[in-house]
Amino acid sequence: MDDIREIEKEKERWENTTVKKSIEKFPERKDEFKTFSHINIKRLYTPADVQFSYLKDLGFPGEYPFTRGVQPTMYRGRLWTMRQYAGFGTAEDTNKRYHYLLKAGQTGLSVAFDLPTQIGYDSDHPMAEGEVGKCGVAIDTLKDMEILFDGIPLDKVTTSMTINSTCAIILAMYIAVAEKQGVPQSELKGTVQNDILKEYIARGTHIFPPEPSMRLVRDVILYCKDNLPQWNSISISGYHIREAGATAIQEVAFTLANGITYVQKIVESGVDVDEFAGRLSFFFNSHNNFLEEVAKFRAARRLWAKIMKERFKAKKPASMMLRFHTQTAGCTLTAQQPDNNIVRVAMQALAAVLGGTQSLHTNSRDEALALPTEDSAEIALRTQQIIGYESGVADFIDPLGGSYVVESLTDEIERGATEYIRKIEEMGGVMKAIELGYIQKEIADSAYEYQKAIEEKKYIVVGVNEFVKPEEPPKNILKVDMGKELYQKEKLRKIKESRDIDRVKKSLENLKSVAKTDENLMPSIIECVKSMASLGEISDALREVFGEYKEM
Amino acid sequence: MKKIRVLIAKPGLDGHDRGAKVISRALRDAGFEVIYTGIRQTPEQIVNTAIQEDVDFIGLSCLSGAHNTLFPKVVELLKEKGADDIIVFGGGVIPAEDIDFLKSKGIRAIFGPGTPTEETIKFIKENFKGE
Repeated sequence: MDDIREIEKEKERWENTTVKKSIEKFPERKDEFKTFSHINIKRLYTPADVQFSYLKDLGFPGEYPFTRGVQPTMYRGRLWTMRQYAGFGTAEDTNKRYHYLLKAGQTGLSVAFDLPTQIGYDSDHPMAEGEVGKCGVAIDTLKDMEILFDGIPLDKVTTSMTINSTCAIILAMYIAVAEKQGVPQSELKGTVQNDILKEYIARGTHIFPPEPSMRLVRDVILYCKDNLPQWNSISISGYHIREAGATAIQEVAFTLANGITYVQKIVESGVDVDEFAGRLSFFFNSHNNFLEEVAKFRAARRLWAKIMKERFKAKKPASMMLRFHTQTAGCTLTAQQPDNNIVRVAMQALAAVLGGTQSLHTNSRDEALALPTEDSAEIALRTQQIIGYESGVADFIDPLGGSYVVESLTDEIERGATEYIRKIEEMGGVMKAIELGYIQKEIADSAYEYQKAIEEKKYIVVGVNEFVKPEEPPKNILKVDMGKELYQKEKLRKIKESRDIDRVKKSLENLKSVAKTDENLMPSIIECVKSMASLGEISDALREVFGEYKEM
Repeated sequence: MKKIRVLIAKPGLDGHDRGAKVISRALRDAGFEVIYTGIRQTPEQIVNTAIQEDVDFIGLSCLSGAHNTLFPKVVELLKEKGADDIIVFGGGVIPAEDIDFLKSKGIRAIFGPGTPTEETIKFIKENFKGE
């Protein structure tokens, strides 16, 4: 082995002789090279930049600190789950798309709900006007949920549901549909997002004030712990934080800070950390800077393992494992020359795979314009299949581990995120930092800086600020017409007419009385959905008790 | 001279506010007075704020697909209240074919993804009618 000092000395010599001579003739493209997270990119990385202890900092896959992956054999055992986020129009429309995707070889479902469903309004509510079925599927009652999963055996597929404020209601519906299919709760596999903190920070589908919202999060996590042992009861999400403009370091920092807040909340209710932490899952973005992204996933894994072990004294390895879903970065898609997006998505997806993701959504080329068409969605899925089956990367475990660059970036991201988490804690924690607007402002600052960098051409976006050409707008775009809204309202009206209204009223009254105590809300919400109370009615009952959050 | 006043608003339920915040800041840096409504505003709330704040322009941002319903409603309400001297423009995830429809409903310009902020600033300066 070479001596590190010797390498440093030799590197200095190289800079002063070989490099110096070269840049006199051929200067570098930029005065300084930096990632968007403000990490300084050195001219060359050598062993001197990665002075880690292999056994302590990297270790082995499937073992603490999980830097190299959470499973012992990673994709040599099984490829990641190819899980395309989909939903639009009515449950009938979306059910058809699911059958199509499953036939095309997708291995898990991921439900996109429309905004009224996410914010607790029925399709006939005035606030829902124009939004029904637009960016996801509209769910008003248990009937819609039955249609959504018609012909899909819930003991065979795993289902991820992007639902937060109304998570408990949607999960209750899923449980009820499974029951009708004869599938017990203990056999259900999947994920609910259930991550309310990032809604206040970046995504904006909150309903209730933070306190009762956190109680709902807790109730879902604890209900799943006792009844759905194979279910991921939360997906702590950096995705939307990144989409809102955050850097890679901020994404890791704010996501893990939120994670700490949830773990604290559950532990405070008297539950041992090892009883639930194994079912916590995460969700990250895969953005453009390829190497920084690979390093980001590795850094997040190592940092979370340390937090769980050192701070929360977890004992089970499963409690320390950061298992995560990834989606390629929607905000990097361009409306200009949309086919270029296929290439962007492929590289972002590859970064996620090299970073060790457990499941992946690849965006479709037309998503800067509308929801994807069937054709576009298929190319996106094929992209994952090509990475998985053709590129050969899946045969190696953590193939970039040991790279001077990637290890150095992994360290830098971990350091940067740790620093942010410290700052937030000094402020009094995430809830306080949200109240002060600190996290939101940090993200908005990064977003503005990014926009300026593009306009000043510090960042080149192909087809947008360079290599531009006049073009015809693409014609084949998915449209969700207003007919869907009318159809959905009519369906809801008929259900409201035919149900046992006394049972509905009784179940909602019972829910309100439980909401006033500290008891777990899930059983009474399950009774509400079975009585055919609508999502809007159940949300309104909770609004009556909890009140509504007003953004500052 | 009176400063140009712009209301940036998020109609409907969409929570994607990155674009709205970025454009608010860019317009402020360009010397305009900018009011940002925050998310989840009804067309009625937006129009009331616009009139109260005596703005010259309203910029609507929507990424949820509800633009065809919500944007025209703002223009109609402005007309009803005799405030249709306020110029309305929009942005977000909006397919090309909807742009013509929105323009026919009185939305004067649509700035899609990838538009430099400079373009919106230019639009405002050129269309400002002054005192």
